[in-house]
Amino acid sequence: MAHTHSIPSLDEQFEFTAESKRRLTIGIIAGVVLVGIGAYLAAKGGGGHEHVEAAHGAAGHAAHGEAAHAAAGGHHEYKWTTRLWANVWVNSVYFTGAAVIGMFFIAYNYLAQAGWSAVFKRVPEALPAFLPITGVIMLITFFVAGHDLFHWTHEGLYEVGGPEYDPIIAGKKGFLNTPFFVGRMIFYFVAWYALWRIVRKFSLDEDLEGGTEYYEKSIKYSTAFLVVFAVTSSTSAWDLIMSIDTHWFSTMFGWYTLASWHVTGLAIITLVVVSLREKGYLKAVNESHLHDLGKFMFAFSIFWAYVWFAQFMLIYYANLPEETIYYRERFSGYGGIYKAPFFINIFLCFVFPFLVLMTRDAKRTPIILKVACWGILVGHYFDFYTNIMPGTVGEHGGFGPIEFGMILIFACAFIWSVSAQLAKANLIPKNHPMLEESLHHDI
Amino acid sequence: MSHHNDSAKFLVGVYDDDEVVLKAVTEVKSAGVRIHEVYTPFPIHGLDVALGHPRTRIGIAAFLFGLTGFLTMVSLTYYTMGYDWPMIIGGKDNYAYPAYIPVMFELTVLFTALGMVGTFLVSNGLGPTVKPLMFDLRSTDNKFVMAIDLSKNRQSEVEIASVLRASGAAEVNVKQF
Repeated sequence: MAHTHSIPSLDEQFEFTAESKRRLTIGIIAGVVLVGIGAYLAAKGGGGHEHVEAAHGAAGHAAHGEAAHAAAGGHHEYKWTTRLWANVWVNSVYFTGAAVIGMFFIAYNYLAQAGWSAVFKRVPEALPAFLPITGVIMLITFFVAGHDLFHWTHEGLYEVGGPEYDPIIAGKKGFLNTPFFVGRMIFYFVAWYALWRIVRKFSLDEDLEGGTEYYEKSIKYSTAFLVVFAVTSSTSAWDLIMSIDTHWFSTMFGWYTLASWHVTGLAIITLVVVSLREKGYLKAVNESHLHDLGKFMFAFSIFWAYVWFAQFMLIYYANLPEETIYYRERFSGYGGIYKAPFFINIFLCFVFPFLVLMTRDAKRTPIILKVACWGILVGHYFDFYTNIMPGTVGEHGGFGPIEFGMILIFACAFIWSVSAQLAKANLIPKNHPMLEESLHHDI
Repeated sequence: MSHHNDSAKFLVGVYDDDEVVLKAVTEVKSAGVRIHEVYTPFPIHGLDVALGHPRTRIGIAAFLFGLTGFLTMVSLTYYTMGYDWPMIIGGKDNYAYPAYIPVMFELTVLFTALGMVGTFLVSNGLGPTVKPLMFDLRSTDNKFVMAIDLSKNRQSEVEIASVLRASGAAEVNVKQF
C-alpha cells in the first residue's frame, strides 16, 4: 500500500495568514467581552447566589467536622473576582500542560530514537512557546489573588494558639510557603522553557547545516529534560492544583496530572497534524502516522482512566473522612453543581475515546480522529475544572460567560502562539536523520 | 489457512529477493493463478495487502473473550457478595461494585490473553498432533517461498510453473504432502 508511494516535496512553508490572525483577534475580543459580561453579572451578585442556600444544606451533610470545613476552601469572605481568577488558573494550568507536553513528546521520541514521528516533529516542537505566557500569567495571578485561590497562604493558619491556627496546614509549612512556592514555579517554567529553546535551536540549525551532530546533542538535552520533568511534573501538580485543597493529599496526584496533561497534549498534536493535512500541508504524513497518533491517544486515555480510578478506588475503599471529602465535594457538595462536570470528565476522557478510537479504521480516518481529539480536549478541561473550582469558588462556581470567555481567550492565544512557531521554519525537518524512516512509515 | 488434503500437490516458487517476491505476487495473481501462501524469513510491508488476505477477525475474537471474562467476574462478584451471602464491608452497600472493578479488569485481561493463545494455536494449525506444512526449509533462512495449490487452480502444472518463472522465481519445485 504505502511501500511504493511517491514522496511529496519536503519544502513546505506554513503561512500564518492575515485572515487567521483576524479571526483569532476576533476570538480574543469576543472572549474579553464574554468575561466582561460575566464579571458584570457576578459583581451585581447574579451569578451563583441562588445556589447558596441549597449548597449550605448539602455541604452540611457532606461535612465531616473540621476537616471538611477547611477542605471546602475555608474562605473568610467570598469576592466575586475569585471566580475570575480561578478561571484564569484553570486555563493556565490546562495550557501550561498542553505546551510542556510538546517538549515531553519531542524528548521521549529523541531518547527512544524514534523514527516514525520525525515528519510531523515541528508540530509538538511549536507548542512550548506558550510557556512564558502562562508562566507570567500564573505568577501575576498568584501575587494578585493568591489569598483567594490558595487557602494555605493565610498567615493566621501558622500562628500557634491563634484563632485560625491549623496544625495540619502548619505541618506543611516547610513546603507550602510563599518564597519556596514562587521559587519552584519560576524554576518549572524557566527549566522547561530553556530546555525547549535549546532543542528547538538544534532543530532549526539542523535544517540549515545537516549532519547527525544536532541529533546527538538533542538526545542529550532531551534526556536532561526528562530527568527534570520526572520530578517537576509531579511537584508542579502538587503546587498548581493539589495545594488548593490544602488538607487533602493523594500520592497518585502527580501521575494523575501528568496523565491528564499528556493526553491533552497528544490530542492537540493530532488535531494540529490533521488540520494541517486538511489545509494541504504535511502531505508526507500518511495513514500510518495518523494510526500511531490515534493509538497514542487511545492508550493514554486508558492510562488516565487507570490512574483516575487508582486514586478514587483507594479513597473509596479506605473511606477516611479527610480523604473522601475530596470526592464528596465534587459528587454531592455545593448543591451538586460539580456532579455534571465530574461525570462529563469521566465520559469524555475515557468512555468516549475508548469506544471511538477502538477500531483500526477509526484511527486511520481523519474526521473520527478529530472528533476524538475534541472529546478529549473538552473532557480534560473539565478534569482541571473539577480539580480546581470546588476548592477555590465552591458554591459560587458554575458554567457561564466567564468560563466560556476565558477558554476563548486562552485557546485563541494558544493557537496564535502555535501558528507563529509553525510559520518560523520549514514544516518538515528536512535534515532530520530519521526523516527517511518516517517518510516510509508503514504499519 | 492450512487445510490439509491427504494428497495435496503444490508448486513451490523460490525467490531470492523480497522486492521480487512482492512484485511477483501481483503478477502471478493477474495471470489468474490463486496463491496458497507466501513464506518469508521476515515480514514484508505490503505483502498482506498484495495477497489480498481478508481483514483479520482476531479483534472480534479478543473482544468476545474479554467480554466473557468481564461478565464472568460481574456474575461471580454479584452472586457471592450481593445475592447468595450479602455482607456489609466497611459500611458500604452489599454489592459495592467499585471495589470489584480491579478484579473485573483482571479477568477481562486474563480471558483475553488465554483466549488469544488458543486462537493463535488453532488458526495457525499448531496443535500437538498437527503436522505443519513445510514447503521449503530455506524460507526460514534467506529464501522467499510462494506456494500454489494445484488442486485449487484450473491451469496445468506446466503453465503455472512458467508463470512463476516469468515472475522471477529462481527455482520451481513440486511438493506433495
